[in-house]
Amino acid sequence: MVATRQSPPQTASDASPSTVPLTFGASRSAASTRPALIDCDLHNELHGDVLALVPYLSDRWKRHLETFGGRSPAGGFYPRFMDHREDARPPSGRRAGSEVAFTRSQYLDPFRVAYGILIPLSPAASQQNHEFGAALAKACNDWQVAEWLDPEPRLRASIVVPIEAPDLAVAEIRRRASDPRFVQVQFTGRPQEPMGRRKYWPIYEACQEYGLKVISHAFGSYGQPITGAGWPSFYLEDHVGPAQAMQANIISLVAEGVFDRFPDLKVISVENGAGWLPSLMWRLDASWSLLREEVPHLQMAPSEYVRRHIWTTTQPMEEPHQPHQFDEFIEQLGSLADHILFASDYPHWDADQPDEAFPIRLAPELEHKIYYGNAAALYGLGETQ
Amino acid sequence: MARHVVAQVGEIPPGGRKVVDLDGHSVGVFHVEGEYFALLNWCPHQGARLCEGRLWSGLEGDVPGDYRTRTDRTVIACMYHGWEFDLRTGRSVCEPERLRVRTYEVTVEPDHPSDQDGSTLGRLSRTNATAHTFPVTVEHGNIVVDLRRTPISATVLGTPGARSEGNIDITLIPVEGSIHSGGAI
Amino acid sequence: MTSTADTLRIATRPHAGNATELIDGDVHNIVPDTQALFPYLSEHWREHITNTLFKGAPETSYPRWAPTTERPGSELPNWRPAGSDLSVIKRDVLDADGLSFAVLCCTYAIDSLHNPDAAVALARAVNDWQIAEWLDKDERLRATVVVPTQLPAEAAREIDRVGCHPGFVQVGLPVRSSVPYGSRLHAPLWEAISRNSLVGAIHFGGAPGTPPTPSGWPSYYLEEHVGMAQVFQTQVVSLVTEGVFDLHPDLRVVLLEAGVTWMGPFLWRFDKEWRNLRRLVPWVKRAPSAYVRDHIRLTIQPVDAPPSDVHLRQAIEQIGSDEMLVYASDYPHRHASEPSRVLSVVTESHAARIRSANARALWRLA
Ligand code: FES
Repeated sequence: MVATRQSPPQTASDASPSTVPLTFGASRSAASTRPALIDCDLHNELHGDVLALVPYLSDRWKRHLETFGGRSPAGGFYPRFMDHREDARPPSGRRAGSEVAFTRSQYLDPFRVAYGILIPLSPAASQQNHEFGAALAKACNDWQVAEWLDPEPRLRASIVVPIEAPDLAVAEIRRRASDPRFVQVQFTGRPQEPMGRRKYWPIYEACQEYGLKVISHAFGSYGQPITGAGWPSFYLEDHVGPAQAMQANIISLVAEGVFDRFPDLKVISVENGAGWLPSLMWRLDASWSLLREEVPHLQMAPSEYVRRHIWTTTQPMEEPHQPHQFDEFIEQLGSLADHILFASDYPHWDADQPDEAFPIRLAPELEHKIYYGNAAALYGLGETQ
Repeated sequence: MARHVVAQVGEIPPGGRKVVDLDGHSVGVFHVEGEYFALLNWCPHQGARLCEGRLWSGLEGDVPGDYRTRTDRTVIACMYHGWEFDLRTGRSVCEPERLRVRTYEVTVEPDHPSDQDGSTLGRLSRTNATAHTFPVTVEHGNIVVDLRRTPISATVLGTPGARSEGNIDITLIPVEGSIHSGGAI
Repeated sequence: MTSTADTLRIATRPHAGNATELIDGDVHNIVPDTQALFPYLSEHWREHITNTLFKGAPETSYPRWAPTTERPGSELPNWRPAGSDLSVIKRDVLDADGLSFAVLCCTYAIDSLHNPDAAVALARAVNDWQIAEWLDKDERLRATVVVPTQLPAEAAREIDRVGCHPGFVQVGLPVRSSVPYGSRLHAPLWEAISRNSLVGAIHFGGAPGTPPTPSGWPSYYLEEHVGMAQVFQTQVVSLVTEGVFDLHPDLRVVLLEAGVTWMGPFLWRFDKEWRNLRRLVPWVKRAPSAYVRDHIRLTIQPVDAPPSDVHLRQAIEQIGSDEMLVYASDYPHRHASEPSRVLSVVTESHAARIRSANARALWRLA
């Protein structure tokens, strides 16, 4: 990192980056000496939102966009506190994260990212008009191929699908399945039904058929509140909420027997942190021990399904006030530590800096697994560097 | 080491800042309504370049809906996760007892020796009582930073795992200097 | 076990207490049927209930025949619901456990009634029924004011009506709500709770008609049972973020049947978000975990215990205060482990606090 980062020349009166320390924790030179990493949550942003997809839309849907525009459930959006990281805006002035070249020079190269898994936050999944959502999803995936995957071999991508129209979603999955650079199918943080419900099974069936993972990325889909008790008032509450939403979806995936029906399915929780995993497993098992007759299709304790089928990314990593409690968390995970994947969330304001993402220094073996080995095993990416 | 000229008088306009490299350490020098502040350019959270963050007024409230803007306080919010630090003390707004960024004292020395102990100097002095602040002065039209007193401790700066345990004190360097009267201030 | 220096809101730090005293913080008294409320309803509502299909609030967060609803031995003859007979509760809970106090939590689903007049009438009836048939009959009992939480101003009126009765120590708030409890819509509710020096008792379940998850309605009760912990988390976030404790510095809240082991890691995340986003809510002056430790208590049944005692001890210590846990049997509900499991992994003095001292401080029992 120290070696590769280019520091703009210092000017007299502005706040341009100075030479030392370099950006983003680089004062530690950690990136230059540590092994490469796999980043499981890297955002490729649509400059101008849906307008970036216009070149990839058919005339019919271009006309629709010009005439009606998109329609998503109104009233569910909390303005984010800050825009994307201010220093991640490319020199062109376009949106942060919207240019592969700048992502490469600011992030992939200096931070020794061996592979980055792209997760575009597109408007496709929340469209009330499902056909338009499908058209946007297809356009978004074409855009990912043309503007991200083709120019940058280290990138892998998530297939954007209209999740609330599973037939259309499956069609899009089939369209992409032959391109090995698409490694997973993307759900929003809160679909209209709990993720385990029968409605979504065709999507899981297709994922299993093609060996694709399923991810649920925090936020997105604004048709129902972020909580099980209605709409909170403040963005801070909205920003704590995804961990709760993801737990509800994991509970559903397990209880509804998705992993019994699709035993090869692998689900990744993205941008929900991970500190809640141990207590969720304990509670699942405790309730199941009494209520198991309601779900006779389950073949083993719920925590066992979690251990086999659920992965979580790190960011936003919990930061206990008492660091030794992070060690306890790791210890409680046990075998599930093999399912923790490093993720930065670059270039969002709440991104974790790769070399500063944990409140403690991880043991070397664990560090390697979280930063590289676990993701390499999950996605079938080679050991490198 | 030692004293560093960091800027010419008038070079940093009110509301402006300059980030400089002093003995291999990045320090931001801020000009806020006639006062100068200097802060280590390193966020104790995840090491972002703190001095590139936005400046805000202090903001306090007692009860829901109470947004009391404290224009007498200036905080810098890290451009990454928004952690706020008081520009004057370097203390975290959220956890002032636990977390602080190294600050430097900035003083302005007048052009003429006779002004040395005059009211102009007093007004511009940023003397801070805490042990971790250091003077920045301006001499002969130059803003001067003095690094003589405390070296940067690499362990404090560098070791993950040292973070968030007990008091986090990002120690920095003393800054001394003086600014010619007749400058922007 | 660390204890925050300023954990003083509930009371001055409670004395560790009498090691043998036991207070049960969560025993359910169940309305057996609507007829039981007739003596406490007006002529209009008696006639209405008799002649129409409206039969009160039969909905429940506890499916009648689920294995979690009635523990073995608690069942009553003639299909009467467990927990509806004071003599049985006396025998099997108060006497059997040698309790000095038991705090009753009636979960009659007033929140399921969309007709506001019916909701108010039935809430009043349930509270008058509790006074006459429970509180007046055993001095060891304390009870929960049942209110129409969906109508905060009406709820406040009912709290003011019965809140001065010394037997009522808290107001029942089903954790599932259609709007989070910290919202300003609920301001009259918290003002009344505070005015009457009562505890806000957020308990498992609720029937607001809105789904219990951010992704809609789950298929199985198992999902709802497990997922309720996340709804509790939502309410904690709401109360702290929306400044309820800043408006009411002496307010006490207890989470009943919420589980315990999620709290520590949840606070890690909540504190983190506060550091990031404090400017949005400047009245939140300290870390959310500090507010929680000062104002919020948890009953220990269920605890959601891990198989390992070491992990259970870690989870309890991660909560960060020995003043937060309150013993409860959650009679007649059934859970996977006994409350004794918690008592067995903490220090003796901590166990004593859990058994009685923390409850005395929370509910101001004397
Ligand atoms: S790096 Fe500055 S707030 Fe996180």
